Amino acid sequence: MQKYSIFSLVKNAFSNHENWEVAWKDPEPKSEYDVVIVGGGGHGLATAYYLAKEHGITNVAILEKGWIGGGNVGRNTTILRSNYMFDANSHFYEFGMKQWETLSQELNYNVMYSPRGIINLAHSDAQMNAYARRGNAMRLNGIDAVLLGREDLKKMIPFADFSDTCRFPIHGGLMQPRGGTARHDAVAWGYARQADAMGVDIIQNCEVTGFDVQNGKVQGVQTSRGNIKAKKVGLCVAGSTTLLADMLNMRLPIEAHVLQACVSEPVKPILDHVVTFGAGHFYCSQSDKGEMVMGGDLDGYNSYAQRGNMPMIQHVLTGGLAVFPNFSRLKMLRTWGGIMDMSMDGSPIIDKTHIDGVYLNCGWCYGGFKATPCSGWVFAHTIAKNEVHQLNAEFNLNRFHTGNIIDEKGVGPKPWIG
Amino acid sequence: MLEIKCPYCGKRSQNEFSYGGDGTIKRPALGEEISTKDWDDFVYFRDNPRGKHTELWQHVSGCRQWFKASRDTATHEIFSTCKMNEDFNE
Repeated sequence: MQKYSIFSLVKNAFSNHENWEVAWKDPEPKSEYDVVIVGGGGHGLATAYYLAKEHGITNVAILEKGWIGGGNVGRNTTILRSNYMFDANSHFYEFGMKQWETLSQELNYNVMYSPRGIINLAHSDAQMNAYARRGNAMRLNGIDAVLLGREDLKKMIPFADFSDTCRFPIHGGLMQPRGGTARHDAVAWGYARQADAMGVDIIQNCEVTGFDVQNGKVQGVQTSRGNIKAKKVGLCVAGSTTLLADMLNMRLPIEAHVLQACVSEPVKPILDHVVTFGAGHFYCSQSDKGEMVMGGDLDGYNSYAQRGNMPMIQHVLTGGLAVFPNFSRLKMLRTWGGIMDMSMDGSPIIDKTHIDGVYLNCGWCYGGFKATPCSGWVFAHTIAKNEVHQLNAEFNLNRFHTGNIIDEKGVGPKPWIG
Repeated sequence: MLEIKCPYCGKRSQNEFSYGGDGTIKRPALGEEISTKDWDDFVYFRDNPRGKHTELWQHVSGCRQWFKASRDTATHEIFSTCKMNEDFNE
């Protein structure tokens, strides 16, 4: 594989950049693989990468019904954080934050990790107390957290509405300085390129249409490009999880919902951090191109459509203008939607299943992007060793029967309310 | 924008409604002896179909009545709505 560097860039400049190697190949599917990963998104690509790198399993295929990176890894708002309170989430996402810090070097691909800090705004003394508690929980788990006062925030986001008459006056906030953003497409492409180089077959336009299961053990998958035998099959299909689970007679604690995001026209740098305004169901960061990247709530009804409706965009931006009134003159550039695999407690499921050789990775709700490296890492471990890692032990499917649910937000089994 | 036909008020825009989730879930009858697993299934597990979905909506900014809707989760088309004690007329 050609190494990307300033030297290769200069060298290729002399040939008008016409002789770069392809970043990943376009192979025909083989008849048999050790592991088949269904879903060529961030999690699937990362899983294949870590299977090859950490476990030496390279006879792997990624089956993607569309094109790699065309689902939620290309549709998110690129935010990275590990500001959770529960231990299971803290340990898992913090493991991921450490991976993000060196991911560009590891993949030889600039994922543009930008630890610009994520700020959650607070609007009452009670909320400040809750944030102090969460910040302390984070620090006890070795995660950085800083409690900010109103005066601190006036320096950091001076253009926010700090008047005393607004509906939600800013009292302060909780910041995770190492939180930030990364370039989402680069994450998918970086993993794809390295996985391909280690022998993984990335097979696009290949839809899984069925599973071959005999005596409780998986034998392979049926696809739109023929039958493929596999010793093990990992599912990383986010919003489409239920569609595959139905083929395996698995009923899951998952609902599909559409989440929208939008970007404004690009403007000069003004917003240096990721800011969440939970009271107004709004969060925002500024991309390196200068666009305001904005998001908020789910549309609020079950949906498999990768597009949403205007009322929620209006609702989100109304909240946004309440905290950043100067955004009112920005023009909207794009809106889009992705299908969230909303789990019933808001936490992911990374586990084995009742079928020998079938592994499940789903339930990412709104937070799948930041988990891409750690999800891939633990899922590869789970597949390779046929046992869960300590980091994903609590993200088991059985928790909905044992009662050990991980309901970080405390909203109960009504995902569209969260 | 969805246009939803409230069985009491007629067609109204989506802004007037709030969603109530999967309309096929039935709470076990009071006092009924059921297994723990059946309880878990009732609380946490969903069919989550791609296509026709029976669901509950409330005309929260209108007559405030709850009602049932049959809607396509892939196209957002609403086939039919009916009162809670009725069946879809399809």
